Amino acid sequence: MSKVYIALQDNDESRYIVAAIEADNPDATVIYMPAMIRIENECNLTINRESVEEQMGRDWDVQELHINLITLGGNVEEDDDSLSLHWNE
Amino acid sequence: MTVKKLNIKDKYRLLTRDLDWDYSYHERKEAFPFEEFEGIKITDWSKWEDPFRLTMDSYWKYQAEKEKKLYAIFDAFSQNNGHLNVSDPRYVNAIKIFLTGVSPLEYQAYQGFAHVGRQLGGVGARVACQMQSLDELRHVQTQIHAMSHYNKFFDGFQEFSHMHDRVWYLSVPKSFFNDARSAGPFEYMIAIGFSFEYVLTNLLFVPFMSGAAHNGDMATVTFGFSAQSDEARHMTLGLEVIKFLLEQHEDNLPIVQKWLDKWFWRGSRLLTIVAMMMDYMLPNKVMSWKEAWEVYFEDAGGALFKDLARYGIRMPKYSETIKKEKEHISHQAWWTFYTHGHATGFHTWIPSDEELDWLSEKYPDTFDKYYRPRWELAKQMEAEGKRFYTKALPQLCTTCQIPMLFTEMDDPTQISYRDTVYEGERYHFCSDGCKDIFEEEPEKYVQSWLPVHQIYQGNCGGPGVEDILSDFYRMNLGNDNLDIKGSPDELRWKAWKNTA
Amino acid sequence: MTLEIKTATLDSVRNTFAHIERRFGDKPATRYQEATYDVQSENYLHYRPLWQPDKELNDPSRTAIIMEDWYAFRDPRQLYYGTYVQQRAKMQEVAENNYSFFEKRSLVNHLDDSIKDKLVRYLIPLRHMEHTANLNNMFASSYGYGTAITQACLFNGMDRLGIAQYLSRIGLILDANSGEALAKAKQLWMADENWQGLRACAEEMTITEDWFEVLVAQDVVADSLIYDLYYNQFDAWLQDNNAQDVGMLMEFMQVWAKESNRWVDAVLKTAAAESDENKALLEQWITKWKAKFMQSLEALSGEMLGGESLRAAEAVLNKRLAKAGLYK
Repeated sequence: MSKVYIALQDNDESRYIVAAIEADNPDATVIYMPAMIRIENECNLTINRESVEEQMGRDWDVQELHINLITLGGNVEEDDDSLSLHWNE
Repeated sequence: MTVKKLNIKDKYRLLTRDLDWDYSYHERKEAFPFEEFEGIKITDWSKWEDPFRLTMDSYWKYQAEKEKKLYAIFDAFSQNNGHLNVSDPRYVNAIKIFLTGVSPLEYQAYQGFAHVGRQLGGVGARVACQMQSLDELRHVQTQIHAMSHYNKFFDGFQEFSHMHDRVWYLSVPKSFFNDARSAGPFEYMIAIGFSFEYVLTNLLFVPFMSGAAHNGDMATVTFGFSAQSDEARHMTLGLEVIKFLLEQHEDNLPIVQKWLDKWFWRGSRLLTIVAMMMDYMLPNKVMSWKEAWEVYFEDAGGALFKDLARYGIRMPKYSETIKKEKEHISHQAWWTFYTHGHATGFHTWIPSDEELDWLSEKYPDTFDKYYRPRWELAKQMEAEGKRFYTKALPQLCTTCQIPMLFTEMDDPTQISYRDTVYEGERYHFCSDGCKDIFEEEPEKYVQSWLPVHQIYQGNCGGPGVEDILSDFYRMNLGNDNLDIKGSPDELRWKAWKNTA
Repeated sequence: MTLEIKTATLDSVRNTFAHIERRFGDKPATRYQEATYDVQSENYLHYRPLWQPDKELNDPSRTAIIMEDWYAFRDPRQLYYGTYVQQRAKMQEVAENNYSFFEKRSLVNHLDDSIKDKLVRYLIPLRHMEHTANLNNMFASSYGYGTAITQACLFNGMDRLGIAQYLSRIGLILDANSGEALAKAKQLWMADENWQGLRACAEEMTITEDWFEVLVAQDVVADSLIYDLYYNQFDAWLQDNNAQDVGMLMEFMQVWAKESNRWVDAVLKTAAAESDENKALLEQWITKWKAKFMQSLEALSGEMLGGESLRAAEAVLNKRLAKAGLYK
């Protein structure tokens, strides 16, 4: 199975997003690199708006991800409540 | 009236998708004349999926926030003489290559996406391309602004635009993008949107941006991470394009595969200069080119092509050749630039002993056998006061326009020469890949403005090489070129480090 | 006591890039200058486009307008990407607050049915004109010459998409997100006799080959007439007819037009001042397209605002043309 991944800028806001991702994707690997946090998982990864809001303590729009995003790999599905990545195999 | 709740997909569709219409008063084909000549068949544009459904108001909002942060850092960088924090003055030569070679490609990308952003028949695809066009303008302009401060303190940045149009090694990136833009809209999308922005993008960004991070270049690393977030949207556009074309009609498969083969090869040739930069120009190393290729192409690319296999797509032609080449190209390229360092707009040098050892460790099968002996000789000659500069001009490959410095992959002691005759003229190539590209579209590649050929034809002034470098290229001789040792860049660096 | 913070001053080697220095002298440059001047490739392009083999990739001859220096089209707003998005973000924030307020307070319920009907009949179909404006300015951006004018065309093109989306949102507010208003507006655009003249003009602009002519037809002629009719006169009519809240939803377009016109006026003036030939060409195009748009807007404006409204809009256009030194 191929890995999907997402990389975020290492800043204050991103840490809440990473915490939400870790909570919802327990098998994902989180790698800290200079100025960047990279998260990988086999086959798929999901970011849930509600989880991020819980971590951040404020309303959050899935599209706000664009501000902290560095790069990603996998087929993207985006809606009001989540963003997910997957490979078809 | 109860207001219906709209989800993001429906809302975007209502705001954007129905804006276009079937023409009645004029021929729609006249408004969109380039859709058919490539042989690509589109049966239903409404099947286009918008992965990121960004409306313009959201675009402005998020991008403005990114810009505020970015420019605050540019300002801080320049107010605090941030250039003094780079690891070593040699590092700055890597970003001279970036500004003169890569930034103008971002500009061409703005132009290319503006073109397809007008010419494609489907409004969803047009909007995605238009946003990418705007992003690419962002990239070239933020790069110019990032480098603006370096330009004030180092040589080799000041004529980036003029040089990109003329200088021998810069026609490599320039012709790459001219090739893409002169192609039809669908080939452009596969060449740039998919092959470059999806498959190969990490191989451009990781070397430069991580290189910047490891070498104290705050301006470039900040630009890099900020730009990469746009790249996420570009990558999804690229992936959507190829899936869309393959799903629209089975006749599109062989055309798309042919383009993948061509652009993958041209793209990997373009990356030669990046490979060299990564292995030789970063005082603090990130990883070797070989490692980068393995992680970002062999592994990541592997996942991608497995996903696409269900459409009938196979790995690009020549991927096996490139696998072998990863052991060699950086060394062959840097040697060429080192020995032609009198004609480059940046400084060159012999790697330090530690760096030679690092290269031995990273390339256990090739470095000590084929390349270290050259550097030992170069060191010896330098010690004798005979730092070597080649007096001749290199023959260029007609397709990729790189000097003929590549060797046969199965025998690195032999330069790889290929040729073909077209309408009575013989054309020369560095590889089977480049020869195949030429033979597929000879009418295109015979037009190439090959810098060395042009010099010999008397189209670049002269008569001597020095005249061409200073008058035609506008190189500041003795400042921009030659070895780092004794250069004005190095002398200034030493002075700053004593006083600042 | 004043506090002086000492920073180490290092002498710079040069103030700016060489091509900027050649234009403006040896002094620090603005961000607009460094981002704009001489960035586009000018010489030694490698391959002619397969899609237009009689031209080069970057080719000033895609228009009959002739300029000694295409960088004479300096944007008076000095917008490059960074200042462009930041400027629009400020406008967007105000617009978003307006739309939010309108929606939260259900101000749509204060509008008479006749007003809502008028908005669907006359305002919402305009989103298709804005879509055309997007195509036209992208055309000018991709075929134009020199970063100064092409980047401004790109910004304009993306702005039109934004405005089309705002008009669509107004439609959704009117029909409680059912999409009916948008569908009805599309039907009108396609079939109602009031709109066919405009639609024909729109289609004709998109098959016009000279990008400068397209720019003039769209950004000068069409926009002057339409924006005055709608965002000046119709806005005033709405205020007089108990529908002033709608102004909140149209404010973005008004603010935008005021800013954009500064650029359009400068483009016109610069092109006209360059040569008699350019001036004659501009006048020829404007005469042609003005006649078309005046005719196509006659019935629509008459029904929407009454007989004199189009003359009033024409007067606004004429004033701008005079300011640019045309028809003199």
